[in-house]
Order: sequence, then structure tokens, then C-alpha cells
Amino acid sequence: MFKFIIKKRQAPLVWSSCLVFFGALVLSLAVSAIMLALQNKPPLTAMVLLFNGAFGSLLAIQDCLIKAVPIFLCSLGVAIAFRLQIWNIGAEGQYVLGAIGATWVALRFPDLPWFVVLPGMLATAFIAGGLWGLIPAVLKLYMRANEIIVTLMFNYLAILFLDYLVYGPWKDPVSFGFPMTREFSTSAIVGKIGHTQLNWGILLCIFSGVAIWIFFKYTRLGYELKASGENIKAARYAGLPYHRLVMLVLFLSGALAGWAGFLEASSTINRLQPSIVVGYGYTAIVVAWLARLNPISIGIASFLLAGLRVGLEHLQLDLQVPAAFGGIMEGLILLTVLAGSFFVDYRVSLGKKS
Amino acid sequence: MNPELLIPLLAAAVQSGTPILYATLGEIFTEKSGILNLGVEGIMMIGALAAFVSAKFFGNPILAFLIGGCAGAFLAGIHGLVCLNFQGNQVVSGLALTILGVGLANYLGTPFIGQAAPGFSPTPLPVLSKIPILAPVFFNHDPLVYTAYLIPPAMWAFFRYTRWGMGMRAAGEYPRAASAAGLRVAGYRWAGVLVGGYLVGLGGAYLSLAYTHLWTNGLSAGRGWIAIALVIFAFWHPGRAVIGAYLFGGVMAFQLRLQASGTHIPSSLLLMLPYALTVMVLVLSSWKRQGTGVPSALGINIEPSE
Repeated sequence: MFKFIIKKRQAPLVWSSCLVFFGALVLSLAVSAIMLALQNKPPLTAMVLLFNGAFGSLLAIQDCLIKAVPIFLCSLGVAIAFRLQIWNIGAEGQYVLGAIGATWVALRFPDLPWFVVLPGMLATAFIAGGLWGLIPAVLKLYMRANEIIVTLMFNYLAILFLDYLVYGPWKDPVSFGFPMTREFSTSAIVGKIGHTQLNWGILLCIFSGVAIWIFFKYTRLGYELKASGENIKAARYAGLPYHRLVMLVLFLSGALAGWAGFLEASSTINRLQPSIVVGYGYTAIVVAWLARLNPISIGIASFLLAGLRVGLEHLQLDLQVPAAFGGIMEGLILLTVLAGSFFVDYRVSLGKKS
Repeated sequence: MNPELLIPLLAAAVQSGTPILYATLGEIFTEKSGILNLGVEGIMMIGALAAFVSAKFFGNPILAFLIGGCAGAFLAGIHGLVCLNFQGNQVVSGLALTILGVGLANYLGTPFIGQAAPGFSPTPLPVLSKIPILAPVFFNHDPLVYTAYLIPPAMWAFFRYTRWGMGMRAAGEYPRAASAAGLRVAGYRWAGVLVGGYLVGLGGAYLSLAYTHLWTNGLSAGRGWIAIALVIFAFWHPGRAVIGAYLFGGVMAFQLRLQASGTHIPSSLLLMLPYALTVMVLVLSSWKRQGTGVPSALGINIEPSE
């Protein structure tokens, strides 16, 4: 009889990472195709439609870039926290709080010029999202409450708070009963770049990405953070300020998600309404993990998963595939990559059973 | 408070606490073996859908309930595969499982939105339903509520007195020592994942078969996450899980009644109650007593070469 012999590799196999991603993608697509067939949708046509819808035209690619912006910012934030082994599952709520903060400025000061309003929105979104991340940090450090559950519960609370605002005090008086705020004045809207559909939010992504990269590569604090993430006990012995790091990381994490919310409210729909909550915060977790927390890979993965969303919109329109299909694919890809990474770290061979 | 209002409220607390109870007990079972499964929300959704669809096709609610559990165990099995066979990170795998499970249930459930299926209805227990006060609160429910009463003592006895129960605790507390003593740690952990997933699936099945009787997307509405928080609140003790689950059931029932009574408080603020309470309960039970009952090797994978 044969049995599997499993040995840990001395060094992780680098080239096999690509192979694992490819294998995971194929497996996920195959299962997704079965799911489509179960609902009597033509699987092959659907897959072609998904791909073409996402990357088949310049307009589609622009759409991907627009959707990649919030995913990228949320994911970058989530990844900073994961670096320190802090599980921030609350990007969704922090994104909502950022949108609420920005909207407050937009509604409160509609007559000020754009160069005052937009920075004001940027700052408020940063602080609002950051504070929504900081509360779980404080609860974790001083009350020992598990941050996974607290940040997740804060998502539900934030979304319900948004509902309260747009159904109640912030409701547009002429919206015919629709839950939404007034449209922002032009000075509170992030403009489009030239004649494209893209908005200046992309600049904010590049800025944040580079800033985070420099932070980890060249600053002392960034180094301490990486070191603490790799071994918390050792870092505490070395006298690194663990408490301060956790608070900083969750604040930053929330603040970046807050920026994503600000951009979504004031560049794509120009008002606050419940439809801005579409699960970018959860996709961000998938992206951060697929990208192994690396800022550049996060950019690529954000673009690809944004593509999945854009392609899915075509599937919804043309084949009436429910939007929840995206969750199936995201979940499958993450699970298969997670399982596949095993072959990067371990060597499996067949041997004789003694 | 007047008893005519209080007793129906308490009865409703028991009923709406039951799905959370099944899920919390399931997660306790899994975590005792050392595996952290954050996929509870997704498993509940899959259990709810599988039970609903089976009830619709077979017309037999008992069979549907059991199938709901099997679907839960199947989804949990993916988590077992990723973590036990492929050494995947348990937190990430659980989150991915939630994304997958919720997506799968909402996707496959879309054609059924708003439809009804045969389910369970209240059947008073023969002798016990004569007791005043206790009877309307505890013994005038559907049969699934009664089955839920039996699981906590059974689970407590299982972990305390049986060989398998102790083996499973060893796998969750000291996997290296357990393995050195000749126990098959991976086997115990697999059992923890599958049986736990089965119970969580039953919790989901309760939602569609006895609680709503119809299918809507997003049926579990965060109950899975509340269950994970309740495991910590319960200090991994099945008995305390009962208190926690009924407490949350009470808050949910209270919130629904308040909405129905035509209060001026906006419904979005009322809906915050269970989630805000989860944070409070978690903070209160973690503060100063952190570490009580938590299996020492929770969330840590066993290296294959050991």
C-alpha cells in the first residue's frame, strides 16, 4: 500500500505560487460553471460574457478601474491590520462611516468653494472611518474583546446608522420617499479626469499605496509594525509599543476604508444612499489575502476582483444571474488559493506504507 | 411588567433564541476540538436553504431539518479540508466560507424568494404543558425547540464523561501531548468540524422551517456571528450558551414587538439592538475574565510532520 509523505520545504517554492493561483482559478471557475448550470444558465456563454463584460472594451476597463478604487483602499487598510495579526473585518462599516462623514461636510457647507469642501470631506472621512476602527482597538486592548466580532458587529451598526440617516434626518425632502440625501453641490463632487469616466480618486489610491509602501519599507514605525506582526511576544520583550501600534493600525485601516466611502459617495453617485453598501469591505479581505498583503499585488488583485463585479453586472442583465454569484466565486477562489498554498510550503510524495 | 405581556415575550425569546442556540452549541463543539470556524453565518444560510428546498420537494419537515444539518456539515467539511489537510489559516478559511456560504444560499435561493414551505408548528408537550407560567414559556413550542433542550446536557456529559469527549478536549487543549499519547488528533478535529457544522446547519434549518416558514435572502441576518460571540460569552460551556441564546432571542423578540406596537423610534435604530448587545456582552464577558474556558490550541494547526 502507498501513503503520502509530507515534508516541509526548506524554502517556499516561488514558481509554484503562480501554478497554485492558476489551479485555484481553474477549479473555482469549474465549480462556478456547475453552479450556473444548476440554475439553467449556459455556463460557457456566461463565462465568456463575464470576461468580455469585464475586460472586453475600453469602457469596461474604465469601469473596472472605478470599482477597483474603493476595493483597493479598503484592502490596503485591511492588509495593514493583518500585518500586525489584527483581524479587521470591519472595512465595510468603516467605509460607511467615511461616507457619512464626507456627506456631513457636503450637506453642511454646500456653498463653500471646492478647494475648501473637498479637503474638508477628505479629512472628515479619514477621521470618521478611523475612529470607527479605533473603538474596536480600544475595546480589544483595554477590555480584551475579540476584534473579529467587534469589527463585524460595527459593520451592522454602521449600515443601520446610514439607514437611519437617509430615512430620517438627512432625507432629501423631494426624493419621493426614496431613502437618499440631497444631491451634493458641484463643489463637493470629485471630478472626472479629462474626457474619461475615471475620477481623481485614483490619485488618492496611488498616493495611499506609495505612502504605505514607504511607511513599511523606510520608517522605524513601519519596521516595528512588521516585526511585531511576525512575533508578538518577542516584540513585547523587545519593548515595542504594542498597544500604540494596534491603535495606530486600526485607525489607519479604518481611515483608508473611510476614504473609499468618501470617494464612492462623492464621485460615483454624488449623494449618500444605502446602495453604496455593496460589500467592498468583504471583497477587500479576499483581495488582501490573495495579494499576500503586498501593496502592488493588492492593486492587481483589486483590479481583477473589480472586473469580476463588472462582468457580473453583464451576467445579471443578460442572463438574470443573481448578484450573489460573485460571493460564490470570491469565496471559492480564496478557499482554493488557501488550500493550494500548502503545495508551496510542503512537499508531498508517494511512499510505501511500512 | 404585566404577565400577560411578559409571558408571550418570554415564549418568543425561547423561540427566536433556538436557532442561535443550535449554532452556538455547534460552534462550541467545533472549537472544543481546537478548530476555529468563522464560517457559522455561511453554514447557517446553507442549512436554511437546504432545509427549505428539501421541505418543498419532499414535504417532510423532519427529513428537511436533518438535510439542513447535513448541508451544514458538508460546508464545514470544506473548512476541515482546507485547515486540516492543507494547513490553511483558520481565520481566513472561515471568513472565505462565510462569503461562499452566504453567496451560495442567496444565489441558489433567488428563485424561491417569498415562497413558503411546509414546516413545524407548535405542539404542546403532554404533561408538562399543564404547569402554569413555565408551560407557555417553555413547553408550548414546535418540537425543534424541545430537541434543543436536550443537546446542552448531552454535550456537557459527552465532554465530561466519555472517552471520545475527553479525546476531543485533548485535541483542542494539548494536541502534541494527545498525539504522543496515541490519540488521532486530526480525527478528533474532523469530528469536531463535522458534528459542529451539522448543529450549526440545524440552526439555519430552524430559521426557514420553524421561524419564518418562507425564504428570503440574507435570512440569518448576522445570527451566525452572534453565535460566535456567544461562544466566548459562554466560556465554551454548553449550559451558559443556553442563557446567552435566549437572552438574544429575547432582545430580538422585544425589538420586533416594539416595532409592531407603532413606536416612534425609527426601526433602523431598533434593529441595532442585537448587534450593540453583542458588543456589550462580548466586552463584559471578556473583561477581566479573558481566557476562561478557551481551548489552548484554538485556531492553531497541527503540523503534518509531527
